[in-house]
Amino acid sequence: MRERGQREVFCGLTGIIWLHRKVQDAFFLVVGSRTCAHLLQSAAGVMVFAEPRFGTAIIEERDLAGMADCNEELDRVVDRLLTRRPDIKLLFLVGSCPSEVIKLDLSRAAARLSVKHAGVTKILNYSGSGIETTFTEGEDACLAALVPDLADDTSDLMSLMIVGALPDVVEDQFLRLFAELGITTVHSLPARRAGAMPPVGPNTRFLLAQPFLGETARALEDRGAVRLDALFPFGAEGTTNWLHAAATAFGIDEMHFRRVIAPGRERAKRAIAHSAERLAGKRITFLPDSQLEVPLARFLATELGMQPVEVGTPYLHRRHLAQELALLPAGTIISEGQDVDRQLDRVRAARPDLTVCGLGLANPLESEGLTTKWAIELVFSPIHGFDQAGDLAELFARPLRRRDVLKV
Amino acid sequence: MRIATAMEGVHYVLHAPQGDTYADLLFTMIERRGKRPPVTYTTFQARDLGKDTAELFQTATREAYARFKPQAMLVGASCTAELIQDDPAGMAQTMGLPCPVVALELPSYQRKENWGAAETFYQLVRTLADKDIRPTPREGRRPRANLLGPTALGFRHRDDVIEITRLLTTLGVEVNVAAPLGATPADLARLGTADFNICLYPEIADTACRWLEKTFGQKTVRTVPIGHAATRDFIAEVAALAGVDASAALDTSNLPWWSRSVDSTYLTGKRVFIFGDATHAIAAARVARDELGFEVVGLGCYNREFARDIRDAAKLYGVEPLITDDYLAVEEAIQALQPELVLGTQMERHIAKRLRIPCAVISAPVHVQDFPARYSPQMGFEGANVLFDTWVHPLVMGLEEHLLTMFRDDFEFSDASGASHLGHGSAPAVQRHAQPEPTPHNDAPLKVEVAVSEPIHDLPVAATGWSSEAEKELLKIPFFVRGKARRNTERYASEQGIAAITLDTLYDAKAHYAR
Repeated sequence: MRERGQREVFCGLTGIIWLHRKVQDAFFLVVGSRTCAHLLQSAAGVMVFAEPRFGTAIIEERDLAGMADCNEELDRVVDRLLTRRPDIKLLFLVGSCPSEVIKLDLSRAAARLSVKHAGVTKILNYSGSGIETTFTEGEDACLAALVPDLADDTSDLMSLMIVGALPDVVEDQFLRLFAELGITTVHSLPARRAGAMPPVGPNTRFLLAQPFLGETARALEDRGAVRLDALFPFGAEGTTNWLHAAATAFGIDEMHFRRVIAPGRERAKRAIAHSAERLAGKRITFLPDSQLEVPLARFLATELGMQPVEVGTPYLHRRHLAQELALLPAGTIISEGQDVDRQLDRVRAARPDLTVCGLGLANPLESEGLTTKWAIELVFSPIHGFDQAGDLAELFARPLRRRDVLKV
Repeated sequence: MRIATAMEGVHYVLHAPQGDTYADLLFTMIERRGKRPPVTYTTFQARDLGKDTAELFQTATREAYARFKPQAMLVGASCTAELIQDDPAGMAQTMGLPCPVVALELPSYQRKENWGAAETFYQLVRTLADKDIRPTPREGRRPRANLLGPTALGFRHRDDVIEITRLLTTLGVEVNVAAPLGATPADLARLGTADFNICLYPEIADTACRWLEKTFGQKTVRTVPIGHAATRDFIAEVAALAGVDASAALDTSNLPWWSRSVDSTYLTGKRVFIFGDATHAIAAARVARDELGFEVVGLGCYNREFARDIRDAAKLYGVEPLITDDYLAVEEAIQALQPELVLGTQMERHIAKRLRIPCAVISAPVHVQDFPARYSPQMGFEGANVLFDTWVHPLVMGLEEHLLTMFRDDFEFSDASGASHLGHGSAPAVQRHAQPEPTPHNDAPLKVEVAVSEPIHDLPVAATGWSSEAEKELLKIPFFVRGKARRNTERYASEQGIAAITLDTLYDAKAHYAR
């Protein structure tokens, strides 16, 4: 089902909050209004006080008057920024709704400034505007902007690329597993430093770690890389399937594969079991937020026995999610897009045991007696892979446990 | 949004791109509201740009009316919608909605949040107030006042309204309408029946109060009752306007006695830096100097609209006014002034934390912890009690930390023993030395300590001509006056042209500066 109407979602600028933690010598300069700055400030919470690597060049009245002025102004801001922070090796000019609407050409500005600061700082651009991107799509746009700039992979050997920003701890776990499996060349996109971005070419095989990377996948395919189709690495089964897709592509012996992943897989299953009793049979609705909804619903349904009622997603990439969708129980409503008031009517009518939603809706639904799990935490917490599977299940079990323990 | 959310029966349709709904969570999370803010966003996307957005706006408005059946609607444009040429005001007017529609012009590339709230409230009042009604004759009824200014996301507005209402009730004054917080459009219609207005928060209500003065001839109470003395002034002003006896309400807060008690002597002359919205900053400065005995060393605000008031107030304290919305400028000022206490917003709290200066929050913007569950007004006599506790608390703890530093060589205060109340940089409570275990009856709370950096004036100064004898003597002086003694001695020495500071110089200087 497809809906259009009022959407209660974040815009792509929010991606900056986790992306800037991942790429440690990158700076994200939003070109936007006070509203954009306010959003980042609200979303980043206490982080704004830690001399972060993002900021907003605020468009003011006089900038709206004429174009030439705007570009000069931007150059001045960038010069000052780079003088103040010489450690910055990669600068993203991030487009916002106001900059899109006034048609400020940030790609030209990025090219112009790249020449000016050549050799020291690379300057790229992407759009994180609300009119073009929803929440995690900001990461997609950012990574897709990186792809044309990646070096050509000239090696004859097949290499593996993990695509999507993962917490370092999770990334390291995966790298260890691939090494044990015998896949020798493994890269991550994004890398932790601007100078260490992976090369790409026809010998590149890539695994998407996140379901919201449609544009990035396309850009990589344009460079000749081949996507390995798999479930997303959530839970014991999802992670096994994801690793297996790589193992198959790299001709890893099946017995060896089983042996390498067995300990992690067993640990994941044991950890998930702690939450199984509380979650089994419970009905869950996802409101659209990050595109993680479909894989997470699959994990909760197949490994924890939950019953998805409605799984909302801001955007449904049917090809990347084909395997996931096939595993969802028959009768699950999949909704793409949103008309928030109508969707809330459906939630109220279905009264699921747990509703996964944004912070703008969570407290109001709680006060109506519906138990909720706020969705953003799923983007900020380490949830991928075997050793986070238990934590992931716990994220969903905790609100239900709390509901049961409170006597007030 | 702060106005619409504060009120009942008002719905706001905001022409805005997808993503702007983030603002909802300020209300649902920071203020912990159990209801969605009454705001419908058109959430247009790139594919809608062109003619489509106007239609989207009209559909959203029509559906919002049908679903929420508000008594009045607000329509406006966000920063992005301002750039695309749809005209929410014009469109809403042609739609013929069966309720009053107030169109807002909020120039978002020029103005900011407080201005937007004031303008919205003013427009609502102007549209909805029934201009034909006037107060009934005073015989046989109590005087009536409107309480204007409290909003959603206001710093302690909820409790201030309760406190001031209680105060007015004691005086025999009836609250006609409190708005916008908790008011309906119908309530705004009967603003004219009040005898006078109380402008509780000028940032929000000033424009509306001026209009009411002009239209209904209602007088305005302008004293903001933050602090003990200001509350008494407020009562006097209300009593004069209402023609009631002020003494009924002149009970006292605990503040005067708490402040006079000897325990508070050490507060005298503490150097305090104050920053926030102009109203709270000005009120805080008065309390700080006149009621707690602090020395105000800096005063500023972030809302330019009230810059003049801050300048006037700064003159009273002989300080340079600081009017800026750049927190780096505030940080610079704090660093330069080296105050012993900072009163400010959430931002100043972080700055003070970084600079290791005690701090209390007196103004928005604030985080979730400053929308407390407990009753904690800033206004009225109970508000004065709250101010005393809130401001003095970080200082008492500050003194405690100094004592801990001073006695850090005593085993009870082992360096490695862990966190203090300030939390940052604390180590876990572990025994560093093989110290005798505390005896079981020694159940005093475990005093713990962070490695507090010595106050700057206490740092050993290498490049002076202190003799070792004088230096040793200096160490015998209690730490909290040691820095002053060192400074005075050095100043005295340089004034007298003495190169080597001996024991005698030290005592000569002491005698010189003795009063």
